[in-house]
Amino acid sequence: MASHLPPKPTPQHSTATAGGMAETGHARPRGLLRWLLTTNHKEIGTLYLLFSLTMFFIGGIFALVVRAELFQPGLQLVLPEFFNQMTTMHGLIMVFGAIMPAFVGLANWMVPLQIGAPDMALPRLNNLSFWLLPVAFTLLLSTLLMPGGGPNFGWTFYAPLSTTYAPPSTTFFILSLHIAGISSILGAINIIATILNLRAPGMRMMDMPLFVWTWLITAFLLIAVMPVLAGVVTMMLMDINFGTSFFNAAGGGDPVLFQHLFWFFGHPEVYIMILPAFGIVSAIIPTFSRKRLFGYASMVYATSAIAILSFLVWAHHMFVVGLPLVAELFFMYTTMLIAVPTGVKVFNWVATMFRGSISFEPPMLFALAFVVQFTVGGFSGLMLAISPADFQYHDTYFVVAHFHYVLVPGALFAILAGAYYWLPKWTGHYPHLRLSQWHFWLSVIGVNLTFFPMHFSGLAGMPRRIPDYALQFADFNLASSLGAFLFGTSQLLFVLVIIKCVRGGEKAPAKAWEGAEDLEWSVPSPAPLHTFETPPDFHPHRH
Amino acid sequence: MRTLLVWMAGGLASAALTPIALANGWNMPVGVTALSRDIYSLHMIIFWICVIIGVIVFGAMFYSLFRYRHSRGAKAATFHEHTSVEVIWTAIPLLILVAMAVPATATLKNMYDTSEADLDIMVTGQQWRWRYEYLGEEVAFTSNLSTPREQISGADEKGENYLLEVDEPLVLPVGQKVRLLLTSDDVIHSWWVPDLAVKQDAIPGFVNENWVRIEEPGIYRGQCTELCGKDHAFMPVVVEAVEQERFDEWLAERKVAAAQEAAGVDREWGMDELMARGEQVYGSVCATCHQPDGSGNPPAFPALAGNQALMNERDRHINTVINGVSGAAMPAFRNTLNAVEIAAVITYERNAWGNETGDSVQPSEIAERIADQGE
Amino acid sequence: MSGGSYYVPESSKWPILASLALGAMMIGIGTLLVHGMAGMPVMALGLVGVLAVMALWFRDVILESRGGLYDHQMDRSFRWGMGWFIFSEVMFFAAFFGALFYVRTFALPWLDGEGAKGVAALLWPDFTASWPLLNPPDVSIEGPQETFSPWHLPLVNTLILVSSSITLTIAHEGLKEGLRDSARFWLTVTVLLGLCFISIQGVEYYEAYAHYGITLQAGIYGATFFLLTGFHGLHVIIGTIILSVMLIRVFRGHFTTDDHFGFEAAAWYWHFVDVVWIGLFIFVYVF
Repeated sequence: MASHLPPKPTPQHSTATAGGMAETGHARPRGLLRWLLTTNHKEIGTLYLLFSLTMFFIGGIFALVVRAELFQPGLQLVLPEFFNQMTTMHGLIMVFGAIMPAFVGLANWMVPLQIGAPDMALPRLNNLSFWLLPVAFTLLLSTLLMPGGGPNFGWTFYAPLSTTYAPPSTTFFILSLHIAGISSILGAINIIATILNLRAPGMRMMDMPLFVWTWLITAFLLIAVMPVLAGVVTMMLMDINFGTSFFNAAGGGDPVLFQHLFWFFGHPEVYIMILPAFGIVSAIIPTFSRKRLFGYASMVYATSAIAILSFLVWAHHMFVVGLPLVAELFFMYTTMLIAVPTGVKVFNWVATMFRGSISFEPPMLFALAFVVQFTVGGFSGLMLAISPADFQYHDTYFVVAHFHYVLVPGALFAILAGAYYWLPKWTGHYPHLRLSQWHFWLSVIGVNLTFFPMHFSGLAGMPRRIPDYALQFADFNLASSLGAFLFGTSQLLFVLVIIKCVRGGEKAPAKAWEGAEDLEWSVPSPAPLHTFETPPDFHPHRH
Repeated sequence: MRTLLVWMAGGLASAALTPIALANGWNMPVGVTALSRDIYSLHMIIFWICVIIGVIVFGAMFYSLFRYRHSRGAKAATFHEHTSVEVIWTAIPLLILVAMAVPATATLKNMYDTSEADLDIMVTGQQWRWRYEYLGEEVAFTSNLSTPREQISGADEKGENYLLEVDEPLVLPVGQKVRLLLTSDDVIHSWWVPDLAVKQDAIPGFVNENWVRIEEPGIYRGQCTELCGKDHAFMPVVVEAVEQERFDEWLAERKVAAAQEAAGVDREWGMDELMARGEQVYGSVCATCHQPDGSGNPPAFPALAGNQALMNERDRHINTVINGVSGAAMPAFRNTLNAVEIAAVITYERNAWGNETGDSVQPSEIAERIADQGE
Repeated sequence: MSGGSYYVPESSKWPILASLALGAMMIGIGTLLVHGMAGMPVMALGLVGVLAVMALWFRDVILESRGGLYDHQMDRSFRWGMGWFIFSEVMFFAAFFGALFYVRTFALPWLDGEGAKGVAALLWPDFTASWPLLNPPDVSIEGPQETFSPWHLPLVNTLILVSSSITLTIAHEGLKEGLRDSARFWLTVTVLLGLCFISIQGVEYYEAYAHYGITLQAGIYGATFFLLTGFHGLHVIIGTIILSVMLIRVFRGHFTTDDHFGFEAAAWYWHFVDVVWIGLFIFVYVF
């Protein structure tokens, strides 16, 4: 028996191995194998982040195809069939391939460091969660090359457009979503187990940094709703391939059933993409205000309230499908309620800055832009919640403006803020200041030039998901397209910043930012491969 | 400091632009019904609530950013909670929302009240056109995009109502409560006219209701707002609202035309007649999928030109057009087209683009088959 | 909480192989469904790969556990992991139960002219809602001729699964008390009961297709019936395999009276499958 045992890991001293990427107890696989076989949370976190960045550019190129076609009225560059594939793939790639994996990558890197854990609770499962993603997205992207083209029914894939009337590749699209779903569920289980089980001795739940708290709740949401997505796409698979009638009234089913199930997944999914952003911003604003986060406890309660409400609001995406009046009223009221905890969060951030000592390093710039622009997205969300008015807003560019404000200058800016905030910890160097500032300002201008005019084109009556439009929308679309190309190209600066930061730059100490307090700043920069193998002493001094 | 100035300039600029934007028709249309005005005012109330909250919150934030700068030597305070403040800023938004919910609820109840309508119209979405049926009046027609393909491709200059014009608009009387019953023959569509503030999904197999009472005569334009396939951008809605007398005249004319069409079922049609009518029906109904030259768009839409199965199996061809293909994109046309149109289009498909079968299909044969099925 | 002995494996080849095998299996299934039999070998290869990797991966875990590498904290990680995994399975079934409730409570009455959206009956003048739905709205879709009486095979299966949960608990008690003979016996009985359930379910499926006209294509009744019972049956099969592995381990002398989480996890899973069946029995067969 004993001969089969894997070698016992050599005990190491935790945080002392400075710059210890190369220093480990025994021979680890090198080169490509190292990344394929790794169980280290930092390496897996890096893989997630690189994967997400790649997907961000692929999804971005799809968006630019869309924006190029919409640059002026008429059909110029692509056929409507291909245009629909581009809008669909842009949405799917950005949601499942860019934003979600980016947050998981940040969680992988930072959650163990912030709670003083040696690694994720289930390291091999962690590796599986990551490597399922390239498989899923290779399959998803390959559908574009299949006969009849790839998914062309929007990222919400409403039946029966996505079943009876869908291209043959839809079966592959469903299977790729299954793989991505398994990845998300396993990743979420791992994060929950890590947070609940591996906190440093003395760290109570209410001592955890908010990024950890928001991720705990996000992971719960993921485990609750990704299986529902798996269920609903399985029903699609059966309707397509085995003649079942889930979404076909002729057999006693209902196309609207699809939407109920999809949005039961889809609305919590929206919060999955924003709660970790709240956590990141709640770390950055106190750091650069040199002042404790205002209302820590109310932040935790507000996050929990948002998560609970997220299960009760799904049909506000369906105000015009013909819900019974009672349902319409219920979902309007619950949706309006979400404004309360969300407002609490924004007020707390502002109160944190009030009478602080504020400086404007790149992470803070992105975090501040997040607060303003996310709030703009929140305002349009509140407007959309008013069901009678939604009959005018629904499925127009006003909605496109709303969710892009929440997701791009919202979630994406928070991810960028997090990247700038933690790059010194990851690489040991500060990001290049001038380049970072250029990246920030071009992004802010580009993003607002792209998405702000969409409010107007939507109110003026432009439906979403159309490759060609009436002449009165031409000016708005011209501005949006110019903004999109500005925003898209300025993201190349981010890549440049990362490359420069990995290769060199101003050296960062363990505590890279003057006002930073959480546990990750107690380990050297760059963080050695293994940290907290002996749990740190945690003194609850802050919350 | 420079950073801050840019921020504030940006904020001021957008604040200044907002009224200009609203004044220039960039806003939601007020519309021409009582409901559309209610909805517009709800929209403006919630908008101004957002603006006021935004001014307060962003004002406090930029004041803090400006006043408590590290570079100015600001020393951070140490407070980190304040229960009464937190309770207040939870309670006040809640009260605002309750105040907002009251008028919204009233408007919504009104929108859902489809009772006591003067006129019922069945609106059926099809890839990619709308069909209107005046229930109880024996009048029905389809409404197709009339913008020429040349304008879309850029060969011709685009007209004033580019993509928002149809061959036959929905004609409605002003001052009457019109109930709309919406459904679809294939995928989900959504019928929207901004000036009427009516947007309702058309769900295959189910029926949704909405209603409208137009106050001013005029032409109101809108579009399909639910992604419904490749030509989603090309199925506009045009409503022509006319005075009651004009509407009655129009309806009477349509009834006469419908009666003439019905009479055509019983007589023998000549080949040329069928081909001419068939070409017209094919162009407006079939060509979007099967292409004007019958080349199709496989795999979803098979080619008809040179299709051996089609040429050899006359019976199946007729059945496919009448009943559609279950589980595929081909809809059933028995309720959408009349017997003359079905006979003509089948005849056309069997003889156009080199499909020289020489077959003709008589309207009477189609009418018989549909009648047999009904039993 | 941690004494600094939390075991972090250095590297492992199983995860990457598992994801490649799963990818191959999915490509195989897709090819099979879209293009026909060409997908079969790929799917089979992928499935074998997934099963083999799982076996080898769990083998490593068992060896590490028996080698004393795991502490109490690791045990808790496994417990949280398994618990949340079962929660995710609950939500998967919730989607199908949700579809069943929605169709029965809303969609069918609406199509028949009842309730807030009853105007839909305009399109289906001859349709009458009923459950089980023997006559779907469109006559071209043939419904089931009749449905199963819950008080025959389904009741037998209910009794089998409920007793299997009891026998499993007796086996677990035996393990905790150190009564290994008892554990071996009752675990064997549990596995046999699982096999009985699967066989009876197989008979029922045969009957459904051969004599009752309950098929996947038989409208929404057939769709919900097969998806709910089918995914449950799949879980019973998986559960039986897991319990069989546990049986082998018990025979090999694995587990101690206070450290046997592998066994406990299998038991949790089995009880979960049992509870789902109770829901199925009530909502699919009885009401």
